[in-house]
Amino acid sequence: MTDNPAVKVRIQDLSKSFQTNGQEIRVLENIDLDVRDGELVCILGPSGCGKSTLLNIVGGFLPASSGEVTIDGLPVREPDPRRIFVFQERGVFPWLTVEGNIGFGISGLPPKEKAARIAHYVRLVGLEGFETAYPQELSGGMKQRVEVARALAVNPDVLYLDEPFGALDSITRLVMRSELLRIWEAERKTILFVTHDIEESCQLADRVVVLSARPGSIRRVVDVDMPHPRDLSSPRYLALRDSILEEIGLAHRI
Amino acid sequence: MLLWDVALRAGAGPFELLPRPLAVLSAIGELAQKGFLVKHVVASLFRVTWGYVAAVLVGIPLGIVLGWYRRGGMALAPLLEILRPISPLAWIPLAILWFGVGDISAVFIIFLASLFPLTLTAMNAVRGVELVHVNAGRNFGLRAPELLRRVIYPAILPQLLVGLRLSLGIAWLVVVAAEMIAVSSGLGFLIIDARNAGNRYDLVVAGMVLIGVIGIALDATMRSLERSKALAWGYTAVIDAAP
Repeated sequence: MTDNPAVKVRIQDLSKSFQTNGQEIRVLENIDLDVRDGELVCILGPSGCGKSTLLNIVGGFLPASSGEVTIDGLPVREPDPRRIFVFQERGVFPWLTVEGNIGFGISGLPPKEKAARIAHYVRLVGLEGFETAYPQELSGGMKQRVEVARALAVNPDVLYLDEPFGALDSITRLVMRSELLRIWEAERKTILFVTHDIEESCQLADRVVVLSARPGSIRRVVDVDMPHPRDLSSPRYLALRDSILEEIGLAHRI
Repeated sequence: MLLWDVALRAGAGPFELLPRPLAVLSAIGELAQKGFLVKHVVASLFRVTWGYVAAVLVGIPLGIVLGWYRRGGMALAPLLEILRPISPLAWIPLAILWFGVGDISAVFIIFLASLFPLTLTAMNAVRGVELVHVNAGRNFGLRAPELLRRVIYPAILPQLLVGLRLSLGIAWLVVVAAEMIAVSSGLGFLIIDARNAGNRYDLVVAGMVLIGVIGIALDATMRSLERSKALAWGYTAVIDAAP
């Protein structure tokens, strides 16, 4: 369907503006981006640059003002269970247990298969022993894992993560990043990951898409051709991080 | 109880006319013996049950729909806001005009009294559902009927139960008043009849005590529903949000 079969998500000349008090605010301008199948792409930008809006449009929750998003060559018009959006841990349903949350999207499966699938993902995200716990009994990091497991359980081909670790403390955040990489290497989903954290994007991504301040447009796409696990003190990693810092216009000294 | 008795013995002001606790107890005993106790209590509970259940069946789905389809909600909200502050008792003349003196009038009054708070609770609760939860539900492919059942309904359940408890309290308040006018049985009738037929104030207070005790029992039953583990999140969230 597409000229390049390896392209999974294609964003073409996408713009978005909002009407506020009769004024038109341009949030995104002429975004062009191809994401390949199985790729982990980070969308990096300052707060308010429209990166979450971009992800919401790609996810089908918001319409674009102009331009188009296609996945596997088909235009995106509404949310689709084949592509799951992971909100910060706020997205877990507080009225369901860990099991109930993880099984939410697979209620149509035969009970045995459903139970097996839930058990598999409980193990994958390391929540054994918490199957019948309610979210309020879990820490932020555990809730985040529930949400990731809930997303993976429907076996989507694309995952959208919107600053998923933003609300976590710095230690948990590091753990969650390596968990995400472990899961990604096991399941090989296409992942679009929105963040404002430069380190995070350099640690995770195959490519980092750097957005400008509002209206957000793509300033640069940085290839991170370093295999995982990445050595966070290697000169190459540091040079890469610094080049992005410079791109954003921040000196690397505080 | 002791205070009550002591105050009477001291002969303090208007309380002098009150019957003694023992007299009230024996009045309750007298009612029980003659079979009136069960008869009046059942009559009142019967009316509350029908009026309340009808209000739940109409008000909660109506409120959910009005909350979900905001335009419909906005069109009907002013009407609800005008009807809500009208005491249900103000409807008694109309109820009697439409349904005559009898059970249906009393049930109708209870229905109205519970309907408005239930509808408004459900409507506001739906509007307060977190957008992330709605979006997550849509993301998993749910559409309106399933989305209402699997996301909206559980999300509003904690608030709904509080609304159910409060409106049951209102229904119980109102049944007594409705029975004083529209029917010839029930605890409200017992009180008014005891006064009219020979100033039996021991029976009047006995009726009041019974109303209080049953009211507490109804409230406790509803509260016990709120203690479910699957609902606890809805109540702790309120506490967390408080300053």
